[in-house]
Amino acid sequence: MKRNPSSITHHASRITHHSPLGSFLRAVTAIAWKDLAAELRSRELLSAMLVFALLVILIFNFALELDFKTRSTVTAGVLWVTFAFAGTLGLNRSMAIEKDRGCLDGLLLAPVDRSVIYFGKAISNLVFMFIVEAIVLPVYSVLYNTNLFNLGLIGVILLGSVGYVAVGTLLASMAVQARTRDVLLPILLFPVVLPVLVAAVKASNGLLQGLEMAEIMPWLNLLIVYDVIFIAIAFMVFDYVVEE
Amino acid sequence: MIEVKKLVKRFGLKTVLSGLDFQVEEGEFVALLGPNGAGKTTFLRILASLARPSMGEIRIAGYRLPAQAAAVRRRLGVVSHMPLLYGDLTAEENLIFFGQMYAVPRLAPRIDEVLELVGLTARRRDLLRTFSRGMQQRLAIGRAVLHDPEVMLFDEPHTGLDQDACDMLDKILRDVAARGRTVVMTSHDLARVEDLASRFDVLSRGVIAASVRRSDIRRNGLLAFYRQSLEEA
Amino acid sequence: MERQPLILQILNILSAVLLAIAACLVFFYAPLELVMGNVQKIFYFHVANAWVGMLGFVAAAVAGIAYLRTHDMKWDILEMAAVEISLVFFLIAIVTGSIWAYPAWGTWWTWDPRLTTAAILEMIYLAYLLLRQGIEDPERRARFGAVYTLIGGLSVPLTFLSIRLFRTIHPALIGTASSAAQGGFDMSAPMKLTFFFSLFTFSLIFVVLLWHRIRLGRLAEKVEQLKLNVMQ
Repeated sequence: MKRNPSSITHHASRITHHSPLGSFLRAVTAIAWKDLAAELRSRELLSAMLVFALLVILIFNFALELDFKTRSTVTAGVLWVTFAFAGTLGLNRSMAIEKDRGCLDGLLLAPVDRSVIYFGKAISNLVFMFIVEAIVLPVYSVLYNTNLFNLGLIGVILLGSVGYVAVGTLLASMAVQARTRDVLLPILLFPVVLPVLVAAVKASNGLLQGLEMAEIMPWLNLLIVYDVIFIAIAFMVFDYVVEE
Repeated sequence: MIEVKKLVKRFGLKTVLSGLDFQVEEGEFVALLGPNGAGKTTFLRILASLARPSMGEIRIAGYRLPAQAAAVRRRLGVVSHMPLLYGDLTAEENLIFFGQMYAVPRLAPRIDEVLELVGLTARRRDLLRTFSRGMQQRLAIGRAVLHDPEVMLFDEPHTGLDQDACDMLDKILRDVAARGRTVVMTSHDLARVEDLASRFDVLSRGVIAASVRRSDIRRNGLLAFYRQSLEEA
Repeated sequence: MERQPLILQILNILSAVLLAIAACLVFFYAPLELVMGNVQKIFYFHVANAWVGMLGFVAAAVAGIAYLRTHDMKWDILEMAAVEISLVFFLIAIVTGSIWAYPAWGTWWTWDPRLTTAAILEMIYLAYLLLRQGIEDPERRARFGAVYTLIGGLSVPLTFLSIRLFRTIHPALIGTASSAAQGGFDMSAPMKLTFFFSLFTFSLIFVVLLWHRIRLGRLAEKVEQLKLNVMQ
């Protein structure tokens, strides 16, 4: 269980001088780093996300009778529903950790901009999403004998996850502060993240079916537009979510 | 060091602080007393820049709140009844993380120093999760003094601690205060703060109802003073 | 109990009268549409309801921004009022749309962009109400509500766009040339008059309801204040 923290110590001692942007990035990295370090040790969040993701895929197998013919058309949908469901588990847990021992207050007391906290949390949430996706994809490929290794598909998953996490991190920080925090996040998140899911499913499906790029581009554009808008808006309103 | 004028805080329609005036000189150790729900925690959260005042003026170390919050935060160390630390990080990692957030220079030797101060050097590699309540609270103080703040705020730091842990905590609190720091501490445990603080302020009905220096009351006279000021308020 | 202001009382009566006139126009003045017959008449109120829903949606988002800028509770009351009205009117629009869709398209529900977006909007409003319900502190409730209406306000157009990228069969009524979509029709002058009259009437009803709801919000606030005074 014990892990030598010398790697972090080294990381810390390197930093001495800082420009505003430099110190911004340093604080963002520090937050993401401590989330990953804590998670590497407890593996609570990742294991919950993964087991849940695999269960969802399993259930879909029976619900949709994933035989060879249906498989080709529903793979993209099954994957994104899995990511979205597992994602809410991760987002909820990641913010609950901050609330548990009053850590969110600890972060807010630090002399850094509020957006540092948002970006730090968003980055670690994104990494957790990527890890789950990186495991689910090959497992799905093996279980259903479908080749999912496709650079375009990976690009779509990156874009879709960014949008999902951008909104998800913001809404999760609201949800944990509510009395009904355990049930609130998916209800808040799913209706507003719908454009991401629709576009990601359509783009992934197009890529898996081997459609022409001209048919996929509009969906990619939509994903990019969504990512940009919601990163910007979350950056602007995060203050209001954490201040009192 | 701390200057508060006509501070008002409302939550919706409920007024918690109604035109509170408060002043602390450099090096003073002020104990903020008052019944539950008097607004002690709210007041401290406002001083800590965690909550916004509805009205009024606040200056800490010459900087205004909430306008210059970042400058104030750099000079502030806060300990609440929650440890504000991560259970899945070791004591050392927790301090490294917060040291980075505060951009503490020469962090590694500073962490050694702080761990020594709170008496946790031997447990530095252990997960915070495995610490007793008292040890967590000691590390919380370590976190709060890490960046060598000029002003320290304690919000009921003794909550949930046993006798030994409380005594240990008091020793550290004295240590912290002895270095010329300005301290404000809320508490409802009169006996405990009586020989800790240099001044006692009573918060009641949203204002400071009474204030007295330790030198101005007789030994064990704090309780009488407290009762009297609540009755008058 | 304070009385309703005179203008509001007048508007109450005026909106009732206008609604009656609008109904008469729909049933007795507007000509029968050739292809669809009587069922087409629902369209006048259907569009007007959806229009009011949109007004409420925009008003809520604007009130949300205003609240975040000023922290003034009156914007929160406006936002809440707008959301509630929009919720009800979009629901009416969805139901009337379904009633119309069955004879026109042969199905109660289609996953058409407008219909689906309206349904998503209803979900966002329900989520909004649940969010508010879960927070005790009124100031935080207002802040989170404002942030959520803002997020919803930005995501709904994108939702519409994303569903529109699917092929649509909803008739486009004004402007676009794609009225070849099944169920589209050209409006004659009396139809247009009836249509715009209904639109105006429902806009007025929106204003009146909003006014009432804001008054209710203010009164609730006052009751809360009195309760606190008694307790102290």
